[in-house]
Order: sequence, then C-alpha cells, then structure tokens
Amino acid sequence: MNTADQYLKAVYLAQRIEDGPASTGTLADMLEVSPASVNEMVGKLEERGLVEHEKYKGASLTDEGLERAHHALQTYCIIERFLANVLEVEQFRDEARALESVIDDTVADRLDTIIDRREECPDCFDAETDCCEFLELEASGHAD
Amino acid sequence: MSLGQRVSSDHQLARLLQIGVVLEEVVESRAAHHLDSLPADQREAIDEEVRELLAEATEESADHRERLEALIDGLDAETVSYEEINALVDARYGPPEDTDGVLYDQLCNEETAYKFYDDLIDAIEASDGEFAVDREHLLETLSSIRQEEKEGVEDVTDIMERRA
Repeated sequence: MNTADQYLKAVYLAQRIEDGPASTGTLADMLEVSPASVNEMVGKLEERGLVEHEKYKGASLTDEGLERAHHALQTYCIIERFLANVLEVEQFRDEARALESVIDDTVADRLDTIIDRREECPDCFDAETDCCEFLELEASGHAD
Repeated sequence: MSLGQRVSSDHQLARLLQIGVVLEEVVESRAAHHLDSLPADQREAIDEEVRELLAEATEESADHRERLEALIDGLDAETVSYEEINALVDARYGPPEDTDGVLYDQLCNEETAYKFYDDLIDAIEASDGEFAVDREHLLETLSSIRQEEKEGVEDVTDIMERRA
C-alpha cells in the first residue's frame, strides 16, 4: 500500500473517531510522523482532489478520496485477517501496521482468496480497536 | 503504522517470506484445482499447451517455496504447510468458467507473485538492517524468483495472445 493510500485510510479512520474532519495532530499520532509531514501530504492530497482541508478544523475525504480510503482499508483488513487467521499471529495489529507498506493491493487480493471476510467490509472495521469487529484470533500461534 | 517500504528486522523479513510461501502455495493449489474443476468436456478441450503451463506453474511454485523455506529456516522461523493452504483454497474455491478463465487466473497468480517479490526486494534494498541470513544470498534468491515470475507472466500472455 503506498503512502498516499495509508494517509487516506488514516483520514477515514480519524474522521470516524472524531466524527468530523481529521485534525493534523490525530493524523500525526496515527501515522507516527510529524505534524509538518502531515500538512505537506494533506496539501498534496488536496491538490489531487482526494481531500478537502479546512484551516483550524482538519481534513475531510472527497468522494474520490473516500472510495480510495475504503479500498485501502479493505486491503488492511485482508492483511490483519490473514495474519490472525492463517498465520495465527497474536500481535496481528502491530504486524499489519509494520507490513502494510510492503503489501500491494494485488497481493492482498490473492490472500483474500483464502480468508473469510464479510460483505460489509470495511464498514465493520472498528477504528478505536484498529481491527474488524468480527475478527476472532485463532486458538494458537504456529508460524512465529 | 509504517510509512515507506522498508524491512528492518529478521522477524519482519520472516513474516514477509512466509507470505511469499503462502502465495506460492495458493498458485500451486489453484493450478491443481483448475484442472479438476472443469467439466469433462471443458477439461478435454484444454490443449496440451495449457496443460503444460499449469504443470510447469505447479512445479515452479514448489521450487520457489522450497527456496523461500530455506531462507525462513535461516531466520529461525516456521512456515505454513501446503496441506493447510490447500484446505483453505479448497474451502473458498470458485472454479473459472472455461479455459480462458483458467489462463486469466494464472496470469493474476504470476503478476501478483512478481509484484510481491519486486516490492520485497525494494523494501530490503531500502533498509540497511542486518539479517541472520546473508543479505547477498537473500537478494540473489529473491531476484532469481522474481525473474522466473516475470517469465511466467510472459508465457501466459503469449498463450493468451495466440488464442485470441
């Protein structure tokens, strides 16, 4: 997943958590980057018509941005589900975050052929707990 | 969240190699399923060229898997058995409608694998981290597998173009 898609996903989740525009501070915390980096990237995404930025309030996704953010979140859900249910990784959230930049959506689509994911994905993704609300971890880990 | 492609630890590298193994197992299992899934008349209609392509894809995936598993072993990690992935493929498998569907799926397999190794190599090269396996050997192995995936894409594309 490229950096722009990671930002769009973060804006989408921050908007859900804050029930309004995503503030620079929240995005910086989520992405573990500086506020200056967030502002720079949000500016680029705004130029591409993917977000709208309102001074002192924050960033909101446009329709096009929302569509891409949905897709990015689905890719992330696939990675989390794959780690939790196929590789049986207990720390699947941390590992998904560490791996998402290296896993392309075409690769995630192939992994999707062996996992169970609900039709409403990614609406069932819980932004607070950082995983699908229906995701259950397999009983024991074996691939560590 | 980790921005930018980078592999920085043995653990992360092992996990990515495990994903590579699973991708190869999915290719191997789907290729085997394709032949079995087609109705008898469609199966007979599959010409020798496509049959050979699937057989070679299966053989190549098994070889890639072994090479990846040797690297994973060097990182002191475990891998996922083929039987386990085969069962998962089996549970959710939707057969292609005809030979063109088989070829298209095979093209997706090869392209996905190529993209995976390409991104993985970039991520390793972007990192200056030390790994428990020899970096040069790691990159050589992955580059050689990537090259074979590239040739695989070309082989499927050639057959598809001839049939068009």
